[in-house]
Amino acid sequence: MKYIDEYRDGRLIGKLAEAIRREVCRNYVFMEVCGGHTNAIHRFGIPSLLPKEIKLISGPGCPVCVTGKDFIDKALDCAGQQDVIIASFGDLIRVPGSHSSLEGARREGADIRIVISASEALEIAALNPGKKVIFLGIGFETTAPGTAVTLVNSEKERITNFFVLNAHKTMPNAMDAILKDGSSIDGFICPGHVAAITGSEIFDFIPERYNLGCVVTGFEPADILHAVLLLVKQVNNAGQKVEIQYRRAVTKKGNTLAKKYMAQVFEPCDAWWRGFGIIPDSGLRLKEEFRIHDAERFVPQSESKSHTEDKYCLCGEILRGNKVPPDCSLFGRDCIPDHPVGACMVSMEGSCNTWFRYRLDE
Amino acid sequence: MNDVITLGQGSGGRLTHRLIEEVFSKRFGMSEPLTDSALVSARGEMLAFTTDSYVVDPLFFPGGNIGKLAVCGTINDLAVSGAVPGFLSTAFIIEEGLPVADLKIIVESMADEAEKAHVKIVTGDTKVVERGKCDKLFINTSGTGIIKPGYEHISTGKRIKPGDKLIVNGSLGNHALAVLGARNNLNFRIPVESDCAALNHLIASVLESGNEISFMRDLTRGGLATVLNELAVMINMGIFVNESSVPVDDPVRGLCEMLGFDPLYLANEGKVLFVAGSDDAQHIVEILRSDPLGRSAEVIGEILPEMRARVVLKTSIGGERILDMLSGTQIPRIC
Repeated sequence: MKYIDEYRDGRLIGKLAEAIRREVCRNYVFMEVCGGHTNAIHRFGIPSLLPKEIKLISGPGCPVCVTGKDFIDKALDCAGQQDVIIASFGDLIRVPGSHSSLEGARREGADIRIVISASEALEIAALNPGKKVIFLGIGFETTAPGTAVTLVNSEKERITNFFVLNAHKTMPNAMDAILKDGSSIDGFICPGHVAAITGSEIFDFIPERYNLGCVVTGFEPADILHAVLLLVKQVNNAGQKVEIQYRRAVTKKGNTLAKKYMAQVFEPCDAWWRGFGIIPDSGLRLKEEFRIHDAERFVPQSESKSHTEDKYCLCGEILRGNKVPPDCSLFGRDCIPDHPVGACMVSMEGSCNTWFRYRLDE
Repeated sequence: MNDVITLGQGSGGRLTHRLIEEVFSKRFGMSEPLTDSALVSARGEMLAFTTDSYVVDPLFFPGGNIGKLAVCGTINDLAVSGAVPGFLSTAFIIEEGLPVADLKIIVESMADEAEKAHVKIVTGDTKVVERGKCDKLFINTSGTGIIKPGYEHISTGKRIKPGDKLIVNGSLGNHALAVLGARNNLNFRIPVESDCAALNHLIASVLESGNEISFMRDLTRGGLATVLNELAVMINMGIFVNESSVPVDDPVRGLCEMLGFDPLYLANEGKVLFVAGSDDAQHIVEILRSDPLGRSAEVIGEILPEMRARVVLKTSIGGERILDMLSGTQIPRIC
């Protein structure tokens, strides 16, 4: 299969693994900050191909994982109202809120539909003019442009029953938050699809301010091993910089049209990240002229939504890269994919979930 | 367990197992291990007895329909137990409003499949419910078949030993994706047909060849990964699978990449896993390949003396990882 097989070629993979082994001369910790990378690393068994000196850890890269319980609670509040259709990406459906999940609400009769894009939600709104269609907008710079374009289109097409419950976030300030507190990381495997939109330049502050390497990476096994090799070389040669490994999708400047739509619809705001708390300017809120589509207005204001987590859950420390899933006393016992306690177990891209399903060594 | 039943409990994975264990098997006094067919002895003969309900949505899909599925599925459950399928019963739950023409096409294909498989449908039942109380049509089939002396061990796998090879008769995932495509909500056409077929003649040709078969199981709901996990626990041995040897058609691979599915978890309706002595494995593959239903048969792995009750996958790039049982739902109502 073109564009896939060449990046999964056994001989190429073998050569890359060998090159990494030759290059290694100390211990290295690299963090990936994209759920797609976490999943690919474990699905292909990449840790088993790396020398033991290299540790890959998972940062706050799965949008489902970093979205607070309060967001699910708000969505459930909306879902329980008359004439509401909730349109959501599939991976949010099983995420537990304080009392239930969207899956639970659907069992009790709420109209909850799985969509693969915001525009699909807009189509549902056009077909159901008597209902309020609320799209659950989560994700980083990869999904935010889709929400932005759809909001512009809803204005253009005068579809007034389309709303967004918005928890979009941006990546750079979360990476900054990890580093600001001090960390053991030697470099980042940077999210390829975020960078396809933003351009690689959003990571420039990392080598400048923290003297750490960044490699913007694709999602096939050869991409990931190549990125590890480049990072090892950067550390060994003390030549920390932002490199683009994923040249077939990423440029320094990114997708200017997508960025234009984002700037038209969103403005930065402080945002709450599961495991981190508030990170300044790491969220995107709707600009004044689009707030007519903001679903927050349907959320009862009287109750303050809680961010409380299970007291034994280590998701916060895991998302910061300070702990790995087996360090958690709930992991694999009280917290498994079929009944997740913490956010990292819920999504297929969460680090606990992938660790549980794929890891041989624990 | 939840207070109410969830879709995940019908996926064939871990949740289904817990439901069966906690609600059904203990109270019914069913003996472990639970296999595709129960083995009961009657007047000195060993009988396999099985039942299955079909709720596939939609009723018609490329490569088959609910009727063909209902006959082939039950025949296969008997055949993989080492039985020669003999008689089937069938029961229809029909929603008011179902076109009679559709029902006739479905019944026609049930009769065709039964004839081809040399199986008789000998009794049945019909119920009609009000509109909205079931989705068009649900079918149950039950079946019996006689197990020849010497094949009693096949369904429990108790003669499996380390070094035995795993063989599948062809490419995985086609049925699940054909049904998904027929639902028409993907906005593109899926060039995949269901592999739905009765495998009793194919299985008979392998058994009659005298090769040493220590286990068989059809790879339906939950796919290869789920069957291997059940087997690993049942025999308390490790299982090794080489992902590169597992046959998957290109359109299925491509769709799985796009949709985020793993073909190892997708349901099949014409695929069987054989566990066979290592000396016989290649010969069995040749027998399978001489039949259209086994054309792309492959040896895909082996039984390990270590790694008890776990399934280890050598990935397509040569890494190693666990191949776990399916968690939650993948695609509901595919059979």
